[in-house]
Amino acid sequence: MYYNLPFIIAAVIAVIGIAAMLFRHNLVKVIMGLSLVEAGVNLFLVALGYRIDAIAPIFTNAPSTDMVLPTVQAMTLTNIVIGIATTAMLLSFTMIIYKKYGSATTTTVRKLRG
Amino acid sequence: MTGDVILQNAPALLLAVPMLAAFATPFIGRYSAVARNIWVIAAMTLTAAIGFILAYDVFTAGTVIYTFGALDPASALPLDSGGIPIRIIFTVDAMSAFMVIIAAISGFAVMLYTMASESKSSGKDGFYALFLLLIVGIMGMVCTGDLFNFFVFLEINSLAGAALVAYRVDKGVAVEAGLKYAVISTIGGLFVLFSIALLYGQYNALNIAMLASSIQYTALDKIALVLLLAALAMKAGAVPMHFWTPDAYSMAPGSITALLVVASQASLYGVFRVVFTLYNVVLDYVTIGWIIIILGILSMFVGVTMALVQKDVKRLMAYHAVSQTGYMLLGLGVGLAVLGQQAALDTYGIVAMEGGIFHIINHAMYKGLLFLTAGAIIYRTGIRSLNKLGGLGHSMKWTMIFFIIGALAIAGIPPFSGFASKLLIYESVFLFSPVLSIIAMVVSILTLASFVKVFHSIFMGPALPEFAGVKEAPLPMLVGMGILAAITIAFGIAPELVVDTIVTPAALALVDQGGYIASVLGGA
Repeated sequence: MYYNLPFIIAAVIAVIGIAAMLFRHNLVKVIMGLSLVEAGVNLFLVALGYRIDAIAPIFTNAPSTDMVLPTVQAMTLTNIVIGIATTAMLLSFTMIIYKKYGSATTTTVRKLRG
Repeated sequence: MTGDVILQNAPALLLAVPMLAAFATPFIGRYSAVARNIWVIAAMTLTAAIGFILAYDVFTAGTVIYTFGALDPASALPLDSGGIPIRIIFTVDAMSAFMVIIAAISGFAVMLYTMASESKSSGKDGFYALFLLLIVGIMGMVCTGDLFNFFVFLEINSLAGAALVAYRVDKGVAVEAGLKYAVISTIGGLFVLFSIALLYGQYNALNIAMLASSIQYTALDKIALVLLLAALAMKAGAVPMHFWTPDAYSMAPGSITALLVVASQASLYGVFRVVFTLYNVVLDYVTIGWIIIILGILSMFVGVTMALVQKDVKRLMAYHAVSQTGYMLLGLGVGLAVLGQQAALDTYGIVAMEGGIFHIINHAMYKGLLFLTAGAIIYRTGIRSLNKLGGLGHSMKWTMIFFIIGALAIAGIPPFSGFASKLLIYESVFLFSPVLSIIAMVVSILTLASFVKVFHSIFMGPALPEFAGVKEAPLPMLVGMGILAAITIAFGIAPELVVDTIVTPAALALVDQGGYIASVLGGA
């Protein structure tokens, strides 16, 4: 149970993010929800690679003990970078929408339908 | 010598050329707009040429493996790794090569088209940089043999696509469409990453072939499958996750919409790669096959009924794109549903898959053509509402001819390409379940009805006084449309040639999971 705690927390964070995306009307809060989902996935990835009493996977002068998995850490780093790009783009979209529509809530951003 | 180097490194060059060109574009654009135009056209031509070389290599000599960072790119397994592919690998089999051909043709034709269609717009440096990055995303998604790599290219595809949808702000509505597309794509991307993590956690591998050889179909695998299918079907624009498609397709510039069709098909390729190569017979193929068939039927029907009532020409075409995606899902879904039964697979399963795969390339060509003609009409008149357009057949003759070719092809009228692929789907699906085949035909008739309406309201009637100054589209746009129109006709006249050379190998490559694994891991 204790060792599954990081996975459960990752799932909780992601679910909070999805709930925020579904039930919040402010676009900035929707994007915050998206970032929370991303954080949940990142935490899940890092937790996958964790080994008890393990050290960082650097082989130079390493004491011969267990090492944590480096692949998932590389994946997490990549996803963080992608996440920054996505969030920046979404926030700049929100800025333009606020300038043009005078509001940034999902109830007003509805010119396209049908 | 040089030829050998290019041939050997074709998979890497296919990405390196457009990516480097994309990042150099803004710098060149600072000095001269003409030099930038020549630069991006040259980069796209080179990319397309490398794509064709690579595809030719794959269709003649079999699956190409490219291992990044290895001394010998063709050897996926380092000697000291104990038979585990540790590097990032590109596995270009016949299905990947097929998608590369689509992206190369569409990318080249659309690039020519943008030379005229974007000539009056500002900010073209960024536009072309994003254009080339979108090509990188598509090419990477269809070539990679590594799941995490697939996710990275999916994100490049989504980011570049969303930025291009929103690029022409248009009082904010284009940004609204871009925002929807970006949010949907990002959520889909995170689902994909989460399922990759689920698979990695169980099998300690990211390589698709390695995963495919050890996959067990445990409860976690089922969750991963559902998430992957949901996310990729959403990106491909299948009903009931299609709601972003009409917005994004209608608000993007006409040229970009033609590329977005290919970008969506790269996600569709992802769906097929996951179910056929990654899981294959270990999954409950009858159930999953039927789920894909039902998604396909829903997409066909909902797409075409929504299209019938549209007033905006591009929005109408976007709903037809959803509808046509349904045909591909139907064909491949039937193939999946009989995957384990060799007799049924041989009689009609493979044919259904060939129909679906052939429809992918046909759809990219004629739907791209239709979006380009819509773009040309909007470029010349500035109007997108069908109620206000009319009588353009007098002034835009070539555009009208290209529109007729595209419209007849999408409605499945012989001798255009849509007829050939739809016939394959009708015949084979009829053997599987006659009802599905009848629904597909009805949808085809509704498609024809809808395009007759569009044709009538845009091109027929007397020349209207408000369009008196409207001229024919500029030459580069006509050439871009002409390429796609010529391919649409050629595929309709000689379908068996196309099916034999590229479609059947692609279908067989999808079914043959063992061959895919053996090509990476060596001797299955």
